[in-house]
Amino acid sequence: MTPAAILRTVVLAGAVGGLELACRTGAIPPTMVVAPSAMVAGAVEALGDAEFWRHFGVTVEAVAIAMVVAIVGGFCTGFALTRVPPLRRAVSPFLASYYSIPHIAFYPLLIVIFGLGRTPLIVLATLFAMVAMILATMAGLDRVPSVLARTARVHRLSLVEEIWRVRLPAAAPHILSGLKLAVAYSFIGVIAGEFIMSTEGIGHEIAYAYDNFNNRRMYALILIVLALVTTFNMTVFAWERRMLKRRGL
Amino acid sequence: MSAVAEPPAPAGERPGRALLVALRGPALVTVAILVLWQLAHELAGDVAITAPAPTLAHLVEMVGQARFLPHLAETAMAFGQALLIAWMGGVLIGLGLGGSRLAGEAAEPVLVTLYSIPKVTLYPVILLLFGLGMQAKVAFGAFHGIIPVALFTLNAVRNIPAVQIRTARALRLSPAQRARHVLLPAALPEVFAGLRLGFSLTLLGSMLGELFASQRGLGFLLMKAIDLHDVETILAVAVLISVFAVAANMGLLAIDRRLRRGAAPAGTGA
Repeated sequence: MTPAAILRTVVLAGAVGGLELACRTGAIPPTMVVAPSAMVAGAVEALGDAEFWRHFGVTVEAVAIAMVVAIVGGFCTGFALTRVPPLRRAVSPFLASYYSIPHIAFYPLLIVIFGLGRTPLIVLATLFAMVAMILATMAGLDRVPSVLARTARVHRLSLVEEIWRVRLPAAAPHILSGLKLAVAYSFIGVIAGEFIMSTEGIGHEIAYAYDNFNNRRMYALILIVLALVTTFNMTVFAWERRMLKRRGL
Repeated sequence: MSAVAEPPAPAGERPGRALLVALRGPALVTVAILVLWQLAHELAGDVAITAPAPTLAHLVEMVGQARFLPHLAETAMAFGQALLIAWMGGVLIGLGLGGSRLAGEAAEPVLVTLYSIPKVTLYPVILLLFGLGMQAKVAFGAFHGIIPVALFTLNAVRNIPAVQIRTARALRLSPAQRARHVLLPAALPEVFAGLRLGFSLTLLGSMLGELFASQRGLGFLLMKAIDLHDVETILAVAVLISVFAVAANMGLLAIDRRLRRGAAPAGTGA
């Protein structure tokens, strides 16, 4: 382990330990924060609960749909935009300001259009996540060194081959960071919507536990969601690392 | 000589034309959005989307009403405080961590992880810690914005070319002079990019905070409008927030571009 990793582990472990101690001694009342050990115990309890898995499934399904549509659609749109410069010039001011618009303000509108159900949630999450993917794809394809494109031409690769064997791998690091953002944004879109108005899903369960002063369950559910997203990100990160290493970067 | 020659243009006409060209893109996008909006209205009808013209008229009328102002003030207040905390706190954290190599390396993965978790999940925790009301909104907004600002500042400080720092030492600059003439100009473009991102995220966080549990503010108006199925108000408030966000962002982007242009010659080594 590097010194930085050791320092990080020590600080994080110290923070968790300090919180545990403060909760156990009553310095922080359980009405505010429950002890980390109780969070983990609650999470284990929730994982053995059939009701939890139903809500979990509903949320993960919505996130997965939004994620896949956003990643595939965002990649294709980003790719098309790099091929048609006039169109790109026209939409780029819009894309540049896109993330400054608080999308959640449009959630009520989507509810009016699509009705109270899973659809407005999925649409919101997709819209939220897709532009990150578009921007990342364009950034990645822009930065493909021209020597690689020339090499592809020297080898007389067809357009499809050139994209598949040269441009995509060269743009991969940027596209992967777009992928990570798309995942986070899909989760934010779905869970925020579930908080505000929904009758099922993890977001609703967390809000329900909050309303009923069931802090133990609330913290347990939050812990599960955060652990899930962090695990996913770490996996993508490890993959990215391996890829960069193979290229000697 | 000929390589740097610019296309001949009448000197008096240039600034106006440049402005026109700069505004053409946003203008086209605005027109496109209005057309799409009108089309959506034609397709879905008044129940789902009201037409642009009546909605905007409604917005103007609403802003003129006395009972609207406290809501606007509440949101502006929450957002303003959150932004101040996010910007100042983020820059301070970033400078502190960026100053030491070890601290920076230890903190960066933690910050990246915090940046990429869905922070809405933590909103109930914020409510428990800060109670219902203004403080929770400010805390939630600041929490969204502070991490990207810290992350960008940290990287900006770390990416200052070592040769510039050595030059400062060779010139025997005092710490204050070093900060003023070397560190700040070198790090500013990237720090500012972080501030811009922090602005957007803080706005998102404050809006989220108002939608979930609040008795005043634009978010509260939105929630009330959902209950009353008042599409015109929903759209009017959404447009108001979006116009503010986009206008502010375009202003920040313009400053951003200017800072980057100033830094371009120095950044060629990176």
